[in-house]
Amino acid sequence: MARASSLLYLDGVSVSFDGFKALNDLSLTIGPGEMRAIIGPNGAGKTTMMDVITGKTRPDSGEVFFDGNIDLTGEDEASIAELGIGRKFQKPTVFESHTVWDNLELALKAPRGPFATLFHVISGAEKKRIEYLLELIRLGGKRGDLAANLSHGQKQWLEIGMLLAQDPKLLLVDEPAAGMTDAETAETAELLKDIANDHSVVVVEHDMVFVRSLGVKVTVLHEGSVLAEGSLDHVSANDRVVEVYLGR
Amino acid sequence: MMTSFLFRAMDTRAGIFLAIMAAAIILVPAGNLLAPEGSAFHVPNYAVTLMGKYLTYALLALAVDLVWGYCGILSLGHAAFFALGGYAMGMYLMRQIGTRGVYGDPNLPDFMVFLNWQELPWYWYGFDMFWFAALMVLLVPGFLAFVFGWFAFRSRVTGVYLSIITQALTYALLLAFFRNDMGFGGNNGLTDFKDILGFDIQADTTRAGLFAASGIALVLCFIVCRALTRSKLGKVLVAVRDAESRTRFLGYRVEHYKLFVWTLSAMMAGIAGALYVPQVGIINPGEFAPANSIEVVIWVAVGGRGTLVGAVLGAVLVNFAKTWFTGALPDIWLFALGGLFVFVTLFLPKGIVGTVSQGWTALRQRKASAAYESGSGDPPSAPPQSPGAPANVKHSNRAPVTAEPQPAE
Repeated sequence: MARASSLLYLDGVSVSFDGFKALNDLSLTIGPGEMRAIIGPNGAGKTTMMDVITGKTRPDSGEVFFDGNIDLTGEDEASIAELGIGRKFQKPTVFESHTVWDNLELALKAPRGPFATLFHVISGAEKKRIEYLLELIRLGGKRGDLAANLSHGQKQWLEIGMLLAQDPKLLLVDEPAAGMTDAETAETAELLKDIANDHSVVVVEHDMVFVRSLGVKVTVLHEGSVLAEGSLDHVSANDRVVEVYLGR
Repeated sequence: MMTSFLFRAMDTRAGIFLAIMAAAIILVPAGNLLAPEGSAFHVPNYAVTLMGKYLTYALLALAVDLVWGYCGILSLGHAAFFALGGYAMGMYLMRQIGTRGVYGDPNLPDFMVFLNWQELPWYWYGFDMFWFAALMVLLVPGFLAFVFGWFAFRSRVTGVYLSIITQALTYALLLAFFRNDMGFGGNNGLTDFKDILGFDIQADTTRAGLFAASGIALVLCFIVCRALTRSKLGKVLVAVRDAESRTRFLGYRVEHYKLFVWTLSAMMAGIAGALYVPQVGIINPGEFAPANSIEVVIWVAVGGRGTLVGAVLGAVLVNFAKTWFTGALPDIWLFALGGLFVFVTLFLPKGIVGTVSQGWTALRQRKASAAYESGSGDPPSAPPQSPGAPANVKHSNRAPVTAEPQPAE
């Protein structure tokens, strides 16, 4: 896919830490509205790739473009988030001493400057949006609870809710089903599919059942570069993929 | 906009605090000036000055609590901003002495005459005017904090590393102000003040006025801090304290938030210093001592971090204890202070105010469940409220803060 028509465009991205090549000439393109699953064994560079996209890590070489022509390599985390890339961490990270409601309110798309927030008064539209999200992530009854008191799965959902509150164009979701029960995993897959209707989503996941239930194009990473790409059945049939990952 | 901002500052706890402060601001000066000596209501002169001093310490503690309790920036150098505010006020008071100094020079303070200086250094210009000095009380600490914070927060220096460089900052200033060449009186600092705004600085009425001014400054800064921490900005600060990188990935520019509260806090510390100096009658480089800044952190920890009221309470209680100990048992004060800190860390990790409000919540919940079990009342639902909960989102059956402040990295 050409850069101009892509939403996210990585070309020849390399990152090394103390000589270890975490990403090695990685090239990847995500189209607008696409949902993509990324799999790969530990150390394949999945999280580093997310770090590069969200501005936490600067690539040593290569290009990262968002929305066709916005160069992400020169931006920091805050401005990349403002551009419309939301990220969910592998370990659920919510603001534990805030209530569920406040977590969502903080994530809600609104001016981010100190003076804007100092005089901010929550509007009716914002309240409605939070109510809607609470319903969506099934935490309506826990709106007043501190996030610290939520279960692991609920924290994962709250974080997904916070992602949605940001209303990003692209969601990067790192292992959304980690530590969830089978029922929760299935529900999370449904939720992500819903979200993918009007957002682009990149999901990093280990859980094959989960990836299969998403039913989307899969990219297999290995040692920092793309090993195979295609439907899950297609990549599962690849001998190299079986060797490095599935065959174990 | 402004009214909703200030409206947020108020709730029961703030109300109680403001009522106590109002009573103190009126009753202490009244007891000193109006009640005859020997009356049970008479407040002796030394007590007025002493309590005025406590109030300036309380303001300093409030400033530290704002950055430490809410934003997780453990400053071990806030005494530097306090002392700078104090020096700005001290310079004004020096210029007010005029020809009444030992050498009788109309322009030069005594120490400059003693050093054989011929003219006033340029940075002393303007300090004969009160408005200029008052402006400098805010701007000098604010500017230093802004520059320091700009570099430190942009480079993402956090946690213990930041604490260490704040110590270095105050220590560097200590050494600089000890030098006679700096033009701030060197070792001896600034003293022998005569009057402030035309009032004799030793007079009872002036002292009562300074006490009231300290009280009012504390109240105003408290309201500002309270409104700020309960606004959305306050929630962002707590978010930064608990999960800094998450806040960044939400699109908040964390360094701007830190810089904002840091600078504001330094200005408050400057005001505290400026009110402290006329009451104690001297400012010298000893105020920059690193130990002073650490002591402020202890006051805040004792009172309760991230509660604002706790910082004030801690500062007053610890300093009252210090006054008593250094009078009655001077040798063991430092042991007592160390013991107090160990005790609070081990048994009251949330400080006095944090522990009390936690106990209060538990009690209310127990009552609610008891009422529910006996068949009357609503089911117990006391959703804990986050420190920055807004006034305009209503939760049923509000409970005081129970969220545990996280350690600074």
